[in-house]
Amino acid sequence: MNPPVAQSTEQASPAWVMELRRTMVGIGKSPSTMFGLGLIAMHVIIALTVALWAPYSPIATNPAAILKSPSVQHWLGTDSLGRDIFSRVVYGGQFSLGLSIMAAVFCVVIGGTLGMLAAFYRGWFDEALMRLVDAVLSVPTILALLLVVSLMGNGPVVIAVAATVVYAPAVARVARAATLQVVELDYVTAAKGRGESGAAIILREILPNVLDVLLVELAMKASWILLLVSSLSFLGFGANPPTPDWGLMVSENRTLLSVRPWGTVAPIIALGTLIIGFNLAADGLAKIRGVDRAGAV
Amino acid sequence: MTQIDIDGLTVTYASAQGDIPVLSQVSVSIGAGESVAIIGESGSGKSTLAAAIMGFLRTGSSVRAGELRLDGEDVLSASNRRLREMRRGVVSLVPQNAGHALTPSMTIGRQIAEALPGFPGQGAAEMRAEVVRLLGEVKLPTPEAIFDRYPHQLSGGQQQRAAIAMGLASRPKILVLDEPTTGLDVVTQASILKLIGSLRAAHNMSIVLVSHDLGVVAHLCERAVVLYAGQVVEDADTRTLLAAPSHLYSQALISAIPSTGRPGLPLGLPGTPPHPRPLLAGETAADPISESELQGWRQHAAAAKKEFRPYRPVATNAPVLRVKELSVDYRRKPDGVSGPTVAGVSFEIQKGEILALIGESGSGKSTIASAIAGLRPLAAGSIELIDPESGSTVDLSRPVKRRSRRTLSSVQLVFQNADTSLNPRRSIQDSIERPLRLFLRIAGTKLHEKRDAIMRDVGLNREFAHRLPSQLSGGQRQRVGIARSIATSPKVILADEVVSALDVSVQASVLRLIDDVRREHELSVLFVAHDLAVVRGLADRLIVLHLGRIVEQGTVEDIFAGPNHPYTRTLIDSILDPDPDAVSPVDEVEIAMPTQPPLLGTAFADRYPSASGNRHPSTVDFGNGHLINTHLTRAELLALPHNNRANPAPSDSAKDVQ
Repeated sequence: MNPPVAQSTEQASPAWVMELRRTMVGIGKSPSTMFGLGLIAMHVIIALTVALWAPYSPIATNPAAILKSPSVQHWLGTDSLGRDIFSRVVYGGQFSLGLSIMAAVFCVVIGGTLGMLAAFYRGWFDEALMRLVDAVLSVPTILALLLVVSLMGNGPVVIAVAATVVYAPAVARVARAATLQVVELDYVTAAKGRGESGAAIILREILPNVLDVLLVELAMKASWILLLVSSLSFLGFGANPPTPDWGLMVSENRTLLSVRPWGTVAPIIALGTLIIGFNLAADGLAKIRGVDRAGAV
Repeated sequence: MTQIDIDGLTVTYASAQGDIPVLSQVSVSIGAGESVAIIGESGSGKSTLAAAIMGFLRTGSSVRAGELRLDGEDVLSASNRRLREMRRGVVSLVPQNAGHALTPSMTIGRQIAEALPGFPGQGAAEMRAEVVRLLGEVKLPTPEAIFDRYPHQLSGGQQQRAAIAMGLASRPKILVLDEPTTGLDVVTQASILKLIGSLRAAHNMSIVLVSHDLGVVAHLCERAVVLYAGQVVEDADTRTLLAAPSHLYSQALISAIPSTGRPGLPLGLPGTPPHPRPLLAGETAADPISESELQGWRQHAAAAKKEFRPYRPVATNAPVLRVKELSVDYRRKPDGVSGPTVAGVSFEIQKGEILALIGESGSGKSTIASAIAGLRPLAAGSIELIDPESGSTVDLSRPVKRRSRRTLSSVQLVFQNADTSLNPRRSIQDSIERPLRLFLRIAGTKLHEKRDAIMRDVGLNREFAHRLPSQLSGGQRQRVGIARSIATSPKVILADEVVSALDVSVQASVLRLIDDVRREHELSVLFVAHDLAVVRGLADRLIVLHLGRIVEQGTVEDIFAGPNHPYTRTLIDSILDPDPDAVSPVDEVEIAMPTQPPLLGTAFADRYPSASGNRHPSTVDFGNGHLINTHLTRAELLALPHNNRANPAPSDSAKDVQ
């Protein structure tokens, strides 16, 4: 006798399509997540299509129009070298946004891999890695970065690598915690029982189940690194003048804050909206995907 | 006088689709001193009903219609302050998992004192005396000492007793028990139920018992309310309900439950939870149970009579797995007090046989299964896989990493919890195809054909292939687990508590599936379980484990007939059949058993002293492979009371043992 066969009527689609649909529906229902993703999208689009928006070259000086107030010609006025502030704000995202997204991807790939390996193999590797993580996390981020930049120069690759070294340990710790919960589960035991290799278990069984955590970390770390890179520029160790960069602009125009506030406030608003966007997106995705952010560093 | 009066209660849960009814037009009234069970499968709304009686609604739930009165007082319109007062004198809850319900950082005594009616005004000495009295009333040993203990220092059964004491502390008129024994071992369960029964008589309380276990209900309640999809389908006294259920659903549910009085495998319910449509504004009741559902149960009831599969053991004599003097040690180093976790375990599994490994939690039964699977290192002993045709053997003492692909595919695991044994991010087809790709190295059409054939074998529709585990019911998930394990035509399946997480009504169909596949494929199954009633109609032979040592082994018939090791006897006596007349002979006080494996001798020498003065177990052979490892002599074993439970009348099928 055959056991009763359960009936199903709905047409099934592949697993990842359903997961994606679930996430999209979740985003659709969460105004704050949509707003956050919208802010990120806006900044990314502007950074990719700067020429369409900027009326002037961001680096062209104009001795005839120094420290102008906002007008029809210069929407946000000009700075002390006569450069159009609106054009500089439009261009100002390119350097820090590109750099922080690149560095955040490095962080998550390297930190995530190390964290999963540590939680899966445990033993001396886990112990050594976690003590190293503790050591790195105890060093003040900005100081470590200043040290690296002053020793090795402020090229974008140097900054990205330095930011990875500083932030990947935190990602490793989060990935390790998430993996520890997964390795306990029976489907991992089942895979071990099938004699699967460590790499296969991590890629097939563990990664899909910690991917949500890693995506949320990506958004969080992108926002942190953006702030960090802008701080470096502000301190004069990031973008080189005359590159238009928000952190650098705040630094250049800060002495005129009380008389010509637009030169300082405009880049701050640009930077702030992007960071808010990253944070809202990270929180919203965490909620939609059911990621517990309580343990995050 | 009516103590609980529920009239037309409809509770909905807000979901994305709308307000889904959880309870629909539920009307129940319970008198003072009455003991009523609320029965239903998971998702039937029974816990929501119990919570509503306590005045709790889960976030997102709301009352659509109806009234709920406790002791004449309206609960649904009561203020939060009044509800709190009512929970301290009118109604108390004993939660399902006392281990989670007790605060870990407070002593037992202080927690219970907070529930006293006089708290916090009462004097400390007076409160202490009262709590100690309560702890004594729930038959905890040394109540004075328990007062100052923390929850983690108590065993599961003791924690449940403490939770009951807390429920009694406010001297309630109504005690709501939410699955009070579900997480407990069978012996503990039997003694807790006895305790609840005696307390009810002493305090003249009304008892509301939420349970999915008809055995528990039969022993504790004189009336039962059967819920299906949030609707009351039957409200009858327990005796009538069990003997002659009137509703089609109750008939189907009761026919799906195995009984030791009638060994065999009943026809299980499909176990697909109903999905009521959301209620429209102004609607106060869900749609009545559809004609197609009623028709399904009608057919089921008709089929269940014919399709009952009487117990039919398989006897062969071709061992496929031999375990010799197996020892597994979790201790870091010998401590001079206790012995290894598992020691001296030897057995064989024959081809096509189901061998049940029975024991309470901590008896090492799962440890033995994972040692065979190569996931635990052995401390001593050997495990061999034998090819019955050629007689050649493969050493299974080595860990998974050092086994060949063929050996790996010959021994497969099925897990207790199908929720965690399937990767939530992988589709059903992925899970089933993985071992096929890995072991058989097939792909393309051949792979898909094989996968479809296996899914058909375990009764899963092909449309499930693309689904994720979360879109399946518990029983269906367990079918996927079984499908995955038989995919590569293994020789031995290690089934670790595969039905204990399922509703009783679904258990039967999974047990039948295991029986089907082993007969069809001549598979040998090591069936790890804690519940003798489950294996009574399925297994061919039994091994009873206590603290990692085998105390008894033999055919199921021989073990149920006795004579038995005293421990086995206790386990058999603790089985709760769904029969109000069956008397459980278990003592009220938990059987004081050692919790650590002994270094030498046997754990039972003190409780059942032998006249011979012997403390070391030896094997007493009762023939036909029925072996008892005990310090008692043959004569003493025969003199022990056995056959407390009426021996089942031999059915026709019991004779056709090959």
